Amino acid sequence: MTIKRLDINQPNSFSFSNGDLKVINKIIQNYPEGRKQSAVVPSLYIAQKRAGGWLPEKAILKVSEILEMPKIRVLEIASFYSMFNLKPTGDYFIQVCGTTPCWLRGSDHIKKACSELIGDEGEVSGNRISWLEVECLGACVNAPAVQINEDYYEDLNYENMINLINNIKDKKTIKIGSQIGRRSSEPKKVEKDNA
Amino acid sequence: MTKVIIDGKTFEVEEGLSIIQACEDSGVEIPRFCYHERLSVAGNCRMCLVDIEDSRGMSPKPVASCAVPISEGLIIHTKTDRVKSAREGIMEFLLINHPLDCPICDQGGECDLQDQSVAYGYGASRYEQDKRSVENKDMGPFIKTEMTRCIHCTRCVRFSSEVTGADEIGAIGRGRDMEITTYLDNAVQSELSGNVIDLCPVGALTSKPYAFSARPWELKHTESIDVMDAVGSNIRIDTKGNKVMRVLPRVNEEVNEEWISDKTRFFSDGLGLQRIDRPYLKENGKLKEVSWEKAINVLSNKLLSSKPEEVASISGDLPSIESVYSLKKLMNFIGSPNIECREDGSKISGNRERWLFNSKFSGIEESDGCLLIGTNPRYEAALINSRILRKSKESNYSIGLLGKENQLNYGYNFLGEDPRTINDLISGSHAFCSKLKTMNKPIMIIGQGALTGNSGEDFLNLCIKLASKYNFLRHDWNGFNVLHNVASRPGAMEVGFLPESGGRNLDQILEGCNDGKISTLFLLGADEVVLGDTSDCFVVYLGHHGDNGAHQADLILPSPAFNEQNGLYLNTEGRVQESVRATFPVGDAKEDWEIVSMISKKMNLDFQINSFDELRDEIFKSFPDLKKFDQCILGSLPKEMKNQNIKKHKFCNAVENFWLTNSITRSSKILCDRNQFLAHEALEN
Repeated sequence: MTIKRLDINQPNSFSFSNGDLKVINKIIQNYPEGRKQSAVVPSLYIAQKRAGGWLPEKAILKVSEILEMPKIRVLEIASFYSMFNLKPTGDYFIQVCGTTPCWLRGSDHIKKACSELIGDEGEVSGNRISWLEVECLGACVNAPAVQINEDYYEDLNYENMINLINNIKDKKTIKIGSQIGRRSSEPKKVEKDNA
Repeated sequence: MTKVIIDGKTFEVEEGLSIIQACEDSGVEIPRFCYHERLSVAGNCRMCLVDIEDSRGMSPKPVASCAVPISEGLIIHTKTDRVKSAREGIMEFLLINHPLDCPICDQGGECDLQDQSVAYGYGASRYEQDKRSVENKDMGPFIKTEMTRCIHCTRCVRFSSEVTGADEIGAIGRGRDMEITTYLDNAVQSELSGNVIDLCPVGALTSKPYAFSARPWELKHTESIDVMDAVGSNIRIDTKGNKVMRVLPRVNEEVNEEWISDKTRFFSDGLGLQRIDRPYLKENGKLKEVSWEKAINVLSNKLLSSKPEEVASISGDLPSIESVYSLKKLMNFIGSPNIECREDGSKISGNRERWLFNSKFSGIEESDGCLLIGTNPRYEAALINSRILRKSKESNYSIGLLGKENQLNYGYNFLGEDPRTINDLISGSHAFCSKLKTMNKPIMIIGQGALTGNSGEDFLNLCIKLASKYNFLRHDWNGFNVLHNVASRPGAMEVGFLPESGGRNLDQILEGCNDGKISTLFLLGADEVVLGDTSDCFVVYLGHHGDNGAHQADLILPSPAFNEQNGLYLNTEGRVQESVRATFPVGDAKEDWEIVSMISKKMNLDFQINSFDELRDEIFKSFPDLKKFDQCILGSLPKEMKNQNIKKHKFCNAVENFWLTNSITRSSKILCDRNQFLAHEALEN
């Protein structure tokens, strides 16, 4: 974990789409009157999506305005949760799991592949890819795993991770899920026997 | 009452307390950092761990005593080995990232962390890795930050949201990376922000103006009261030699609880600047130093040669009751009826209940609704605003504001800026009336901004009419409150420093100065009046700062500031309090009663004031109520009066600029800087 600060380079404006506002309003409706603030986490998540995977300051201000919250409270939340990014992410945002099961199964090699092909952690590469080590993705049975945007890629090793990143770079379609052909988390051997 | 057993002794304590409160009440000390009586419970420092035992036996692990309520027969252990080692452990953890820079830390000597690590700490650290360091934050001109020292108790964060209502301070990040900061390092804007300096249990937030200037054990403490506004906050003046080093709050539940406004906390450097230390006389358009003898000579000759009705006096924001009384006495003996203490042109008069905060501050706590009329309590009495803020968080508590719209840090129903709306409120046709009707114990707070101008008194009468229409006035409840914004006024009103029959009021005095009807004008620390072309009026200024009053004066007589003499003050709720001498007057300054006495002697008037005690006895004889120290002297229920013409009435702001309201604050470099700073920030945004 690194200290989370607002990015130095900030866009000039931020606005929600009408669709976003509708969703936010609907979320606000879930809570009693005068308890708008309860919708802060989902609202920030929507803002993050709208801003392209990260939260610029303008987005934080916008959320504080809509939910009538002091801005520092929204900033507290945005900086507290690790799934809110305060720095720009690439169009392909690779979240590498580094928690114990993945680490035991070689997540260090995955990180190595990432830094070799993409660059430093947290930096957006020329071809709009960035990567970040995150806490447990909950995919321990298929460790090591990464999350790219909204999908999981599992059973990785150094070679197929390199492959994966190269495919992203070449704009080729990439296979979601297990990279060694498992259907879910069944034992590898059994799979062979059945085949 | 609930029975608890603390360390083997049985105590009866109030119901509903937490363990830490029960122990406090029973005289058992429990160390703590994050817990504070006046803030919500955070329970994050873990320093207050104790063992508890109930019918099921000993607790499996120590509990945080601030967050656990007591129950009947609860057995509390605060001295077991487990509690001792828990405290040592917590202390060791807290000190892991705390720099041991006590020798260069301003909190040294009054630091909770320092004291408690001596009393409850392990004595040594086993931590050998690098300590974390945190960037300092810029919180504005009052608060100095040294964030590496922060132990994350979050008292300042809770204070900012619960007491000031401004929600400016927060904790960003998490775990090891948590940092206390303001939004994007903005300066803290609140009028109460300085209190975080007292709240901070370590040296993370300290006073910027006081930085590196004294150690607590070098200071002499004087318990006094504050005159920066009419709340009458109880303060402790800390002096080193003859210099006021800092001002701190004292606890008085009924008045200021334990907070003071930033103006009170930081005015003290103004006491050393722009002081008048010798009598000055204007000769050929230039002020020249003169001896007391000559000054009094000139003045008494002037007074002897003027007709009584040509003499007038105006008293200002800061003089004590003694000063005002002695000047009134002089005016009475001269025979002049033209005396005036309502320096802002407010039209209050009559019995006490017509110009006091009748519900008392504690009444705000009891009330179930609030109507603000022509007032901005945030500027006029920041601590009252904080009390209203606390009530505003209760559901069903509604607040209405009739007057200029202002940011008060809480939500309110805005009823418009037109004073005539009060007629709709009285007739019941206004939408807010439905809320007024449901209130059982409402309070009405009328600011001085609503009572100035020719129709000020009429408007006050209408307010009384409105109050009697709803539940503001009942035999067991008086929610009719007039809020003052200057310290001297209620006291001066009490001793009747008001135009006597046939006397001129403020406007008429000023008019008289311009058309030659007034030849001698006394300004008793009056710095807010602006005289027009007063070429033929001889202005005498009694005061301590070279401010507006002195600039207009022909004769300046130096008198001590409030902290350099004893004096009685009445706060806006009619509480009699004494301001106590903390330092000695500068230069040749003489107390106001001495000056009056000298004039009287020179003029051969038939009265003498021989000593301060004699003066005070005389005041007590004439106004026996003033003997009731620290009690509120209140009147009965205000009665309706007929005169109610407010066709041309207008609201104005009683306090335009919170930081610069009187001569001391205008002389204070710190407050002037602060004022500039705000103006600068406003431009930037």
